[in-house]
Amino acid sequence: MAQKHEHDHDHGEHGSELSEMQLRVRALETVLTEKGYVDPAALDAVIEAYETKVGPHIGARVVAKAWTDPSFKRTLLDDGTKAVLSLGIINRVGDHLIAVENTPNLHNMIVCTLCSCYPWEVLGLPPVWYKSAPYRSRAVNDPRGVLADFGVKLPAGTAIRVWDSTAETRFIVLPMRPAGTDGWSEEKLAGLVTRDSMIGTGLAKAASEVA
Amino acid sequence: MDGVHDMGGMHGFGKVEPEQNEPVFHDDWERRLYALYRAMSYAGVWVIDQARFARERLPPAVYLASSYYRKWELGMEKLLAELGLVGPDELAAGHALRPGKTLKRKLAARDVPNIVTRGSYSRPPQAPARFKPGDRVRTKNIHPTTHTRLPRYARDRIGVIEAVRGCHVFPDTVAINKGEDPQWLYTVVFDGRELWGEDAESSLKVSIEAFEPYLEPA
Repeated sequence: MAQKHEHDHDHGEHGSELSEMQLRVRALETVLTEKGYVDPAALDAVIEAYETKVGPHIGARVVAKAWTDPSFKRTLLDDGTKAVLSLGIINRVGDHLIAVENTPNLHNMIVCTLCSCYPWEVLGLPPVWYKSAPYRSRAVNDPRGVLADFGVKLPAGTAIRVWDSTAETRFIVLPMRPAGTDGWSEEKLAGLVTRDSMIGTGLAKAASEVA
Repeated sequence: MDGVHDMGGMHGFGKVEPEQNEPVFHDDWERRLYALYRAMSYAGVWVIDQARFARERLPPAVYLASSYYRKWELGMEKLLAELGLVGPDELAAGHALRPGKTLKRKLAARDVPNIVTRGSYSRPPQAPARFKPGDRVRTKNIHPTTHTRLPRYARDRIGVIEAVRGCHVFPDTVAINKGEDPQWLYTVVFDGRELWGEDAESSLKVSIEAFEPYLEPA
């Protein structure tokens, strides 16, 4: 019962030969399905959820709300899980979401040196660089060098705090609100919040970038 | 285990290379593999630290040369064989050669909205927390050959308890089928110079999430 699924057209650009990994995963899916362990329709639903529903747009809404609502911001910094649930964007949040706030004096950066732990519920699946050896090795001892790789230069007086996600707690950075955005709606503000600004390898966009 | 997965502070891996407009998945096999992993996790055949430990036990050269999802695939094959759920002969044949075992549950499409969020790792404590915010602690100098979440760069180092995060499943035991043995979890913050010596930036601070058995008073 070979799995001939609808995504096969994606392979066109690679030619007709299947790669080692395509073959391995195809065999794995076939065996797991034949044994009754997995349902291919459920697999399709998982993929759809992570490609279309879960992503950094959720975190961006959380940040924009915190920028405009001081009471929400306090709740977010006190109990990230509770605060994100209260927005009603997602119906459940892992127990231990922790939001950490950037200020002119302090810049936070999130890493997982041991594997690639990442706050999936609010940022979606992590980019390749987050899971790569260069990031996992250098974030803890050369964060300013890592920021330079992203084209980000912080003032020398801004201290850096790195959070290594070594347990099931998960972190999201609350970036600084850009200047010149007074009176902006939450929706417009959310457009300034990049994925990288919520990991701490970037800053929120300047007002001029979306105006 | 002191494996190549424990990368914090290693040199020589080069620059971080962000990809513009990166897709969620880079190939269809990554999509299918990710979903297979989630479905088997939902079926209750392993817990997250068992899956991590399977990847950590890949040969170092394979670990370093493999993409993230390739490591997941190889780790899954290893775990499925160890758990007696899928034989290497079946993967080689590309078909089931024996009937499946009965699993705790099976992921259906209607369950998917509930699995895009994570489960809880909180557990009732077995004893009161030994440390409180502000306490100075020294991380233990441990080198277990099995799974641990105390990274090498933060062993035998003095830090400060910044927060108590509750009592959680202990990865070191659950990864090797020795039970959840819930332990208090703390955010422990270190000065950059305590970790990296005098060359480190003086204002740098790095924290780890440390389980109580990793810590002693300092």
